[in-house]
Amino acid sequence: MQKITREQLLAKASELLSNGTVSCVLGWGLGEFDYDVTPTIFKSVEELENGFVFNDFCGANFSKYLVNKTAKLEGKILVFLKPCDTYSFNQLLTEHRFDREKVYAVGIPCEGMADIAKVKAISGDGIAAIGSNGDKLTVTTLYDDEAIVIDTNEVLAERCINCKSKKHVAYDELMGEEGDVTQSNRFDEVARLEAMTPDERFAFWQNELSRCIRCNACRDACPACTCEKCVFDNPSSGVENKSPANSFEEKLFHIIRAYHVAGRCTDCGECSRVCPQNIPLHLLNRKFIKDMNEFYGEYQAGAEVGSRAPLVSYTTEDLEPGEVFNRGENNA
Amino acid sequence: MRKCSLEKINLLFAEIAKNAELYLPTQQTDGSAAYKKWEEGSVWSNALNTVRSPKDFFFPQTENLMKFKTEGKSIEVVDTRNALDDFVIFGVRACDVKSFDVLDRVFLTEPVDSFYALRRSHGVIISLACQRPSETCFCKTFGIDPAAPAGDISAWKTETEIFFEANTQKGKELLEKLSALTEECDDTVVSEQKEKINKFMDKLPLKNVTTDGFGGGKTKELFDLPEWDELSQACLGCGTCTFVCPTCQCYDIKDFNTGNSVIRFRCWDSCMYSDFTKMAHGNNRLSQKERFRQRFMHKLVYYPENNDGMFSCVGCGRCLAKCPISMNIVKVMKKIGGK
Repeated sequence: MQKITREQLLAKASELLSNGTVSCVLGWGLGEFDYDVTPTIFKSVEELENGFVFNDFCGANFSKYLVNKTAKLEGKILVFLKPCDTYSFNQLLTEHRFDREKVYAVGIPCEGMADIAKVKAISGDGIAAIGSNGDKLTVTTLYDDEAIVIDTNEVLAERCINCKSKKHVAYDELMGEEGDVTQSNRFDEVARLEAMTPDERFAFWQNELSRCIRCNACRDACPACTCEKCVFDNPSSGVENKSPANSFEEKLFHIIRAYHVAGRCTDCGECSRVCPQNIPLHLLNRKFIKDMNEFYGEYQAGAEVGSRAPLVSYTTEDLEPGEVFNRGENNA
Repeated sequence: MRKCSLEKINLLFAEIAKNAELYLPTQQTDGSAAYKKWEEGSVWSNALNTVRSPKDFFFPQTENLMKFKTEGKSIEVVDTRNALDDFVIFGVRACDVKSFDVLDRVFLTEPVDSFYALRRSHGVIISLACQRPSETCFCKTFGIDPAAPAGDISAWKTETEIFFEANTQKGKELLEKLSALTEECDDTVVSEQKEKINKFMDKLPLKNVTTDGFGGGKTKELFDLPEWDELSQACLGCGTCTFVCPTCQCYDIKDFNTGNSVIRFRCWDSCMYSDFTKMAHGNNRLSQKERFRQRFMHKLVYYPENNDGMFSCVGCGRCLAKCPISMNIVKVMKKIGGK
């Protein structure tokens, strides 16, 4: 599915490591299977050759790792960024969360990543191997004699179906062809929720959030969540809690988090990707993005470094709170 | 051994539910499975296993322990335990049945955890043999046979029938109550299925994962290995692995101020969290590497050291499937095992 190959990325990483441009590489590490890829720091060409992978399951957004990985770094770190990752990269720079001088960013094209859960829904459990061939995935299982051929479009991750941009907004070097900001339908699902009655919408979220196990994976993977001490982890905050004590609290955690990242969320979709319970958390953030676009004009967090989100940038043109209130009466 | 046609399975569920609350894996809106209380119309999920383990039944994520009511200068301590009815958990896989043994050793040894013990005494477990283990399964590593699950009653499912064998007194009593819907049979079909499952087990990619190099007494050898740096470098510090794990049993006890009373409750905690076991002097483990190491050392060294060599992992594979960065106990065991 991907137009850029492991070999091309490996050659680039090896070159930059060998010529001293970077001291380490943040890339995707080989797992036990063909889909369980782990973000890995490679320090030598040998390590890269043995463990570096690139395939249709390299969804993880590396931007947030730069906050920790550059803190005590000698030299520069090479990071591979897919178009959507570059928005998080810029947003973190806007928030002064890492030192740009310590990073060598290589933009790479992305054709969309696959969701292993969707693959398994078709192939069943017991995957032996997954190969990629053009726009098809070839899945071999332990139980079927013949490989199962799946159209990659059928198993695209939710966030990739609604990809907002194939364009890189930050890099030191670009591999492959540059793409464009895409005309996605990413707000359709939000509009569907807006069209519901308040009771229906409440029931929708009640059902989705009732599965939450409060593992905090959404928060911990979120590039907009980089507080050194989250209020939910801080016993002195008074709101700290390790588990959803009741269904109200479940919702509270996610809603507070959505408010906290509003205007800073680039819609990278990591929250929903990592959720072990497949809760469509990105829809909460998208609702805020859609509202901001409608209230204050189009704004894309991370599109450029240093931009001020509408919520922290007062202008006399801003809409009056009353208008927001009136809109609420129309059930949106 | 007794059997029942799958056409009659809902009648069987209804019969069980007459005398006890029945829980079974049902399909959620996202396609995954979760244990839900059976009611007319419930659909038994075909998924290999549930996202959440069945440990919730005995060790729920949150439970109130007691309540303190204050009035003037007096404090009244109220027992918040509700009377508990018998309940049946249906379709528990062999790995998860074994996880109850791991939890029992923690909660049922002195001092016995009365909350856990009460639930345990009321629960009846009907296990189910696995027909199609996943690539993430490695229960054999811990001596578990997915074709012969333990529990009060063991069950085997074919395309058309389901077979039952009672293993305990509780199981016998329940199976007797179901005698009108089941019929006596020999074990030919079940034996064939066992053989088939065992053949599949030999094909699993993780069949060679070994506990060699782990166990009691290995602390000094493993604690300072440089590999922990590399293994933990991408860990996000979330609690997914611990919360989907059937054997993770750490909890925190907290007080919740309601204004005129205090509710003391306990909730699952995760060693991956920055405030885990935080005490007056501060925190024991300041880096994510230390927290990460704690989880695996506990499962593979400290627990067996205190429990006659039993490991506190059952190879269910949930952490392999759910970790956001795909780091897990198998990768740890392969990297540092046998050193």
